[in-house]
Amino acid sequence: MKPPPFHYAAPTSVAEAVALLGEHADDDARALAGGQSLVPLMNFRLAQPGYLIDLRRIEELTRIRTDGDVLSIGAMVRLSRAEHSPEVALGAPLLAEALGYVAHPPIRNSGTVGGSIAHADPAAELPAVALALDAELVVVGPQGARTIAAADFFVGPFTTAIGAGEILTEVRFPRRDGGQAFVEFARTHGNFALVGVASVIETDGDAVTRAAIALSGVAPVPVRAAAAERALTGTVPDDASIRAAVDAAVAGLSPSGDAHGSTETRTDIARSYLRRGIELALTRAQDRR
Amino acid sequence: MERHDVTLTVNGRTSTVSVEPRKLLVDVLREDLGLVGTHIGCEHGVCGTCTVLRDGESIRSCTTFAVQVDGAELRTVEGLASGSELHPLQDEFWDKQGLQCGFCTPGMLMRACEIVEQKPDVTREEVREGIASNLCRCTGYQFITDAVCAAAARMKAGSTETTGAQA
Repeated sequence: MKPPPFHYAAPTSVAEAVALLGEHADDDARALAGGQSLVPLMNFRLAQPGYLIDLRRIEELTRIRTDGDVLSIGAMVRLSRAEHSPEVALGAPLLAEALGYVAHPPIRNSGTVGGSIAHADPAAELPAVALALDAELVVVGPQGARTIAAADFFVGPFTTAIGAGEILTEVRFPRRDGGQAFVEFARTHGNFALVGVASVIETDGDAVTRAAIALSGVAPVPVRAAAAERALTGTVPDDASIRAAVDAAVAGLSPSGDAHGSTETRTDIARSYLRRGIELALTRAQDRR
Repeated sequence: MERHDVTLTVNGRTSTVSVEPRKLLVDVLREDLGLVGTHIGCEHGVCGTCTVLRDGESIRSCTTFAVQVDGAELRTVEGLASGSELHPLQDEFWDKQGLQCGFCTPGMLMRACEIVEQKPDVTREEVREGIASNLCRCTGYQFITDAVCAAAARMKAGSTETTGAQA
């Protein structure tokens, strides 16, 4: 099918984009990033915005930069560019690894970091990465800029804390030491994930000093595996304690089942992949020391 | 409905077309520019048959509005051959029977084009992984992989001789 008609503008500044979003609120105006989620929805007429504000000409949204211990990625940075950026590999290796799981290269050549996070698909990789790294999301609206913690950003499936008239402009990833790992189970590589696990584990050589683990695909929003984090922190992990941590995390999960996997199947996959993710992050934490 | 002027350089030729913002790039290529080599499959970014190159990178032309690529340099399957001489990829698809029903072929060729241009010494495993973005309903990935690997080897060797196609 073809998308329904809409008005279109491609402003060159965030201020102009925000102004347009306000002016055309009655037309259900929406920001357009890479379009890799929005255009299919429009082709199916599941989304029918009357006005699209294309952010592609806004230079400031295409920057990747490192300020001290924070890696900042402009909302319009394409996924493939972030994936191959040495700055991202250094500042947020978890993000770089996760990007390899986002759809296929032709989609990553158009899709953007900001678009993926703002779209907030519960099965998507980047929201879980943002959560595990305690990223900060910068949004700009008529009242100016504000920063939202990733923990407060994802409020439901495809729903975020971005307010009416606001645009996501930047994602800030604080640098974390230790080992980082992203693992995912999908029916075929590049498909939507059944379960994704983002792990960041810091150690003092033996004991875990800090663990941040986030899951995608198991709830309406990405969730932290808080029970596993608590169980691991302060311990020198071994086979039994990792299993106990994973079991504790899984006990709190009840992923909804569908044609691609029942609740039981998804829970079982979450158990396996939590274990893999934790073990890989631990190995990497030890390798770094 | 409002229309926008969109300037595209496709296969080295620049044209400006006046389009509704809702018009998909694949439809502009086929209807406004007459380049019907690019096929329309699923229209939601899954099958890859509409794949074209934008500034050297493969993209889905069915999930891209033409207004989004105003000013871009595009390559479509029509831009592969030079005159009557087939591109090594086209030649090897012919030789290795990588075409089969042919519906996915334009997208496969353009995706393969990006793969071999980005990585001249691409491995067979990387080719398989690389073309996983494009669906072949004939389940013919074996011959397509053979063809892409053969073309990559030929292009790397800098050979311009053709085999099969002109035999």
